[in-house]
Amino acid sequence: MDSTWKLPSRGVVGMTCLILAESAIFLIFVVAYVFYIGKSLSGPTPREVLTLPIFATICLLSSSVTAHFAVSAARAAKQSSCSLWLAATLVLGGIFLGATALEWHHLIYIDGLSIRTNLFGTTFYSLVGLHATHVIVGLFMLAIALAFSLRRPAAEKDAERLHVLSLYWHFVDAVWVVVFLVVYVLGR
Amino acid sequence: MFTIATIAIFMSPDVVHGRTSIFSPQATPAHLIYGLSSLVLSFTLGIFLVVGGLLLYSLIRFRHRPSEADATREPAQIYGSTQIELSWTVVPVLIVFMLFLATARIIYSTERATKPSSALDVVVIGHQFWWEYRYPKLGIVTANELHIPVSDPKRPMPTYLTMSSADTNHNFWIPQLAGKMDVIPNKVNTMWIDPATPGLYLGQCAQYCGTQHAKMLLRVYADTPDEFATWVSHQQQPGVQSSAVTEGRSVFEHNACISCHTITGTVATGRFGPDLTHLASRETIASGAVPNTEANIRKFVDDPAHFKPGALMPPMHLNNHDLDAVTAYLMTLK
Amino acid sequence: MATNTQVTVVLDETTTVAPRLTALQILHDWVTTVDHKKIGLMYIGYALLFLVVGGIEAILMRIQLMIPNNTFVSPQVFNRLFTMHGTTMVFFVGMPILFGFGNYLIPLMVGARDMAFPRLNAFSFWVAAFGGFLLYFSYVGGSGLYGAGTAPDVGWWAYAPLTAQAFSPGHSTDYWTLSILLGGIGSVGTAANIVATAICMRCPGMKLSRMPLLVWLYLVMSLMVFVTISPLTAAQIMLMLDRYVGSHFFDTQAGGSAVLWMHFFWIFGHPEVYILVLPAFAFANEIIPVFSRKAIFGYPAMVAASIGIGFVSLSVWAHHMFTVGMGPGANTFFVLSTMAISVPTGIKIFNWLATIWGGKVHFTASMMFAVAFLFQFLVAGLTGIMLGSAPFDWQLSGSYFVVAHFHYVLVGAILFMIFSAFYYWYPKMTGRLLNERLGKWHFWLFLIGFHLTFDFMHIPGILGMPRRIYTYEADRGWMLWNMITSSGAFFQTMGILIFVYNLIWSYFKGPIAGADPWDAWTLEWSTPSPPPVYNFAVIPSVESRRPLWDLKHPEDPDSTYE
Repeated sequence: MDSTWKLPSRGVVGMTCLILAESAIFLIFVVAYVFYIGKSLSGPTPREVLTLPIFATICLLSSSVTAHFAVSAARAAKQSSCSLWLAATLVLGGIFLGATALEWHHLIYIDGLSIRTNLFGTTFYSLVGLHATHVIVGLFMLAIALAFSLRRPAAEKDAERLHVLSLYWHFVDAVWVVVFLVVYVLGR
Repeated sequence: MFTIATIAIFMSPDVVHGRTSIFSPQATPAHLIYGLSSLVLSFTLGIFLVVGGLLLYSLIRFRHRPSEADATREPAQIYGSTQIELSWTVVPVLIVFMLFLATARIIYSTERATKPSSALDVVVIGHQFWWEYRYPKLGIVTANELHIPVSDPKRPMPTYLTMSSADTNHNFWIPQLAGKMDVIPNKVNTMWIDPATPGLYLGQCAQYCGTQHAKMLLRVYADTPDEFATWVSHQQQPGVQSSAVTEGRSVFEHNACISCHTITGTVATGRFGPDLTHLASRETIASGAVPNTEANIRKFVDDPAHFKPGALMPPMHLNNHDLDAVTAYLMTLK
Repeated sequence: MATNTQVTVVLDETTTVAPRLTALQILHDWVTTVDHKKIGLMYIGYALLFLVVGGIEAILMRIQLMIPNNTFVSPQVFNRLFTMHGTTMVFFVGMPILFGFGNYLIPLMVGARDMAFPRLNAFSFWVAAFGGFLLYFSYVGGSGLYGAGTAPDVGWWAYAPLTAQAFSPGHSTDYWTLSILLGGIGSVGTAANIVATAICMRCPGMKLSRMPLLVWLYLVMSLMVFVTISPLTAAQIMLMLDRYVGSHFFDTQAGGSAVLWMHFFWIFGHPEVYILVLPAFAFANEIIPVFSRKAIFGYPAMVAASIGIGFVSLSVWAHHMFTVGMGPGANTFFVLSTMAISVPTGIKIFNWLATIWGGKVHFTASMMFAVAFLFQFLVAGLTGIMLGSAPFDWQLSGSYFVVAHFHYVLVGAILFMIFSAFYYWYPKMTGRLLNERLGKWHFWLFLIGFHLTFDFMHIPGILGMPRRIYTYEADRGWMLWNMITSSGAFFQTMGILIFVYNLIWSYFKGPIAGADPWDAWTLEWSTPSPPPVYNFAVIPSVESRRPLWDLKHPEDPDSTYE
């Protein structure tokens, strides 16, 4: 058999496909958000109630960096290093979710903005909520990876799978960059 | 065979004279479309004859003949030719470009036509399952039968329809007069029609809007200037107050009728259902679905679902006496 | 670089004799299988079942429409029928049957033992299958508050705001939404599998430029699935939020836009029909050359045209919205993109013509269906050009002309090509040939029925008959054409019955096919029929696009010309 016949990794290709599909879903929600900017008939407006979530964003984007280091550690078969970086990723992601929850609590109970208040509420909560859902799924998968990483050192296959998972996590962070720009910068 | 059939069909009386045929244009927008469609049809027919003909020829000429000497030998394997690929890319691009230009021209002629000052404005509001017509400058509100003046090509008087919907999506389509236009809630669309010949033009709602979509018919009466003036002044009168039907009017005013319908000059100011002020002057009821006769009105009031199952008017549950009275009343609303 | 200059394709002569299994064991095997061949067959069987159901829905509608003011079915039932017919045929016949063929053939054609993700493959099937079940469960379980409605009746496009709670109370619309959502998840999973298999699992020597055109077309189709299904998924999430959480995406009372739903739906809906037609092209690319005894003409052009179609199809969606009032600028743009797509499509037709030209055409049942496909797809494309000319569309849209056009594509092109694929690959899947005589009966009956129905269906459209109406006025002159249209249904039904009979009878009594009954050239014909679960005893390696041609014609291999 021809040993020079090398094809791309299935996991990477499969994850790329998933990312492509998910990007399209997010794009539609972003389009809806942009389309409805300024069209609410009543209720709170973005300018009135939104503040830039700088801290949460820094946490989330840093979690991409820690995830990257976790993969490098796995590739080098450094078990405890990998576990540490994964744990850091989880913590940073968790802080992001917590900050989002606090923000929503304030918006709903103090500013009076819910998904049914007006078009802004509808498009804001659905877009940011969709993203948060993806963060939750990602954290869940990372937790499983951490559990495995604590129990045994990473073999080559594990490092490969962690790499594929990290692609998903980087995607989630990239989506946040878009959401941040569209909702908190452009939309206000 | 297909070609002959196509040509036969396009020359058939149904198509040329059919009352809702798109190839029987009676107003400028429909004429413009007819001209463009003739061009497109000739191109597509030509393409069909050429490509279809070549295909047919190749299948006959190159069919496998088992009796031939070299029947079992594989034919010469031709893998491709860049020149041929280029030629049958360039020619279609040119055809596409020509069709595109012709099409763009008609789009702009229709949608960006200058509106003459003599144009009549009518507001069209689509409902489930009837049409509301308002003439803002004339102070007229009516339903289901649209009266417009004919438009003499020498002194055009087109009717501009400004359209929106009160509920779901509808579509206003009178094939002989113009292409169709969607009637959408929270959106205002405009179209214009200018029939040159007096008469009744038929059509119907062309966007699925619910159970009785099929019976949301359109009737457009193109009136001569005199006829139209008469109609307008008549419609501007308040509802007839005949003393012969006071009982019927009382039934009407004391039932739920007034919450959905308007009859000017009475307490009925409902907007959910059609304006009934001049109901008896219309040729049909139920948006063109049923001829306007006493028996039909009586039946409709008693049980709308008999004619239009799924119509939003509920049965009024009147006893026979009240039913007769209110029917007599409605028949006086000329 | 490649060290072996010989094509290594071993013709597997093993005849395995499997031990007899109990019915329960067989059922368990099929339910838990991750084998792409079994999953493919399940997709196909499932789709055939729904084809019959969708066909019955069509027959009921055609009976109702035979005469004006008919009372065969009530308006409510009719409105459910056309909604269910469209939804069933697109999502639970079209998609599954095409994914079924793809699943079966792609690993075999690229020389792999299975798809890239076998368990995802099984999951995708079962999720999609459940979606279909859920749609039909609506007949039983759809009554919400007021017992309002059972099966969905909002049309397969489910335009807002007809789908809002206010206009569609009860759960019928939700069954539409959820069943398609599940089907969509299955589609995305299968598409990911196809892409990963085509890119990552090709046998040695099979560069992308040597991949069979069927695999290329499925690759393009699957990539389209990702950006096509997602807009619909997103729109459906928005619809569910509107209906149950009180959001206002399509709530026109709160400033929402009905047109936004239309955009989202058609951004899905138009590429979707290209997703359905690309596999039909895939079959044509394999079948027409074999029965013309010539290599496909212009392989690189065919690849380029397919990719071109894929891309351009993402930019034409609003030709379904010419009557919405988007303004002349938008209308003009979409005319241009719609007409532009006819160029790569035409190139494909010309290349098929050139493949036949100079060949030796064998008119097997499979080829006859493929020939009908060529003519019918040509006509469908031409009526598509008519519809793409916006002002012409202002008359034709929303009428029976459109219904005739898209059935010409879906039935005349896609279904005919699916029949062709059945006659061609059934021997590989079952080891027995379908009966050719029955096949010809099937062909002629179905051809006559198809043309009776769908040729004449164009006419009521021209005469002003809108679609989705449960009856029509007697004075419009539509009755004769509706009667003729309805009569075709009889012939189509006869054809399908013969086809189903042939499928079943031939399984038991058909002549043994052997590995390569058609003297074909791609890798699936090198395995026994049916292939063993491992597909290839030895993973092949190839030197050209037609490895079996090279084996059969060592004096004149393809590799010298490519």
